[in-house]
Amino acid sequence: MTNPTASSPVGSLPPDLSGAVASTSDASSRGIEAPRAPRRRVRTGSNFEMYSWLFMRLSGIVLVVLVLGHLLIMNVLDGGVHRINWGFVAGRWASPFWQIWDLAMLWLAELHGANGLRVIINDYSRRPGTRFWLQVLLAVSVVLTVGLGSFVIFTFDPSMGS
Amino acid sequence: MTTSLVDESRAGGGAELPPIPDGAVMLTVNIQRFNPETDDAPHMESYRVPAQPGDRLLNVLHYIKWYIDGSLVFRRSCAHGVCGSDAMRINGRNRLACKILVKDLLGSNNKAEVTVEPIKGLPLLKDLIVNMEPFFDAYRAVKPFLIAHGNEPSKERIQSQTDRARFDDTTKCILCAACTTSCPVYWAEDAYVGPAAIVNAHRFIFDSRDDAADDRLEILSDSEGVWRCRTTFNCTDVCPRGIQVTKAIQEVKRALMFRRV
Ligand code: HEM
Ligand code: SF4
Ligand code: FES
Repeated sequence: MTNPTASSPVGSLPPDLSGAVASTSDASSRGIEAPRAPRRRVRTGSNFEMYSWLFMRLSGIVLVVLVLGHLLIMNVLDGGVHRINWGFVAGRWASPFWQIWDLAMLWLAELHGANGLRVIINDYSRRPGTRFWLQVLLAVSVVLTVGLGSFVIFTFDPSMGS
Repeated sequence: MTTSLVDESRAGGGAELPPIPDGAVMLTVNIQRFNPETDDAPHMESYRVPAQPGDRLLNVLHYIKWYIDGSLVFRRSCAHGVCGSDAMRINGRNRLACKILVKDLLGSNNKAEVTVEPIKGLPLLKDLIVNMEPFFDAYRAVKPFLIAHGNEPSKERIQSQTDRARFDDTTKCILCAACTTSCPVYWAEDAYVGPAAIVNAHRFIFDSRDDAADDRLEILSDSEGVWRCRTTFNCTDVCPRGIQVTKAIQEVKRALMFRRV
């Protein structure tokens, strides 16, 4: 059989060496076989589901601190749930620190829970119509809950009751 | 219904029963049967089969088909865990009938009973046979073949061992569908590409000789792509080739997140 590459300089090398010569990357020309091809950059399209996935993890990590701290303060420490009354809440929300804590917890838990439900609705609704209306219902409930919660945290007035 | 071993009236082709070997146990095999021409819904039927602990479940199914009820249908070809045609739900877990041994199915109390059902989530055609087309459609969607741009090389495409090792695990897939049909996300939403398609995309995405990682990642970043995976590990548990399916899926997620492979 006539080999078209037999006349090339590489053709006379044993097969295991010809490969090293044929791949003329920087490394191989210096006599080093590249251990690994360079990492290739890739372009990706719409990333909404990726950001949703990332958000579930990141908000989850933050929620561990916020929710466990919240539970501990409200239910366990210093007399726990028995000491909670109007004054206790008013006292806490007088401090911007607890306002921000509660606001972050409200937003993160609501968006995390709602995004989780969005995924579950996508999983289980069979018809596009059902899916659409359940998602609308969910979105409305998020706006109402986050809106009302934020409104209360920002406008809470300790003198309201008296 | 229990069909006795010696019920000649149901014998497929009237074949003479082989002698029962020493050390055989009488195994009760419950099989989900469905004949689309006569049945409205699938039902279970039981068969009693003399089986040796070292028999594969496939031998047991053959015994039923050849000596008890010739109308039982199931897919199988190689009988050696290579072709991927006989994935079925065996005692609730997706297994290859040709790879699982009777002794591994006998419970700790040596209860000699086994339940065999078709894999879940694909349209049932008959008995243990499902329509695999939706599964292969998802497989085709990720372009499971080498795509290289530029001039055809006149020689083999050389690859270092380190580069080859990156996708070694995912080259082993035999497309049995055990993983995809064990995934609860796939059960709920069959538009999800499923673990097997991701495994076969991984096979090429991480191949240094391939130039179409972008295309495949684009397909997998779709709303029915990898982000549907909830990391339940069912796929890894059932893969008869021992592929780390969940790990492969996570590697694809990572490639999407950091935009590099
Ligand atoms: C306390 C710390 C929390 C952590 C670490 C956490 C973590 C996570 C993670 C990582 C996921 C994604 C699972 C996946 O896609 O595979 C998830 C899903 C979910 N989370 Fe959370 N979460 C926390 C709190 C909450 C709270 C307070 C709620 C309710 C308001 C909630 C509701 C949900 C829902 C509904 C899902 C979707 C479940 C599913 O995909 O099937 N989580 N969580
Ligand atoms: S990854 Fe494993 S379980 Fe899934 S189709 Fe391939 S061989 Fe079967
Ligand atoms: S018959 Fe080929 S894999 Fe089982």
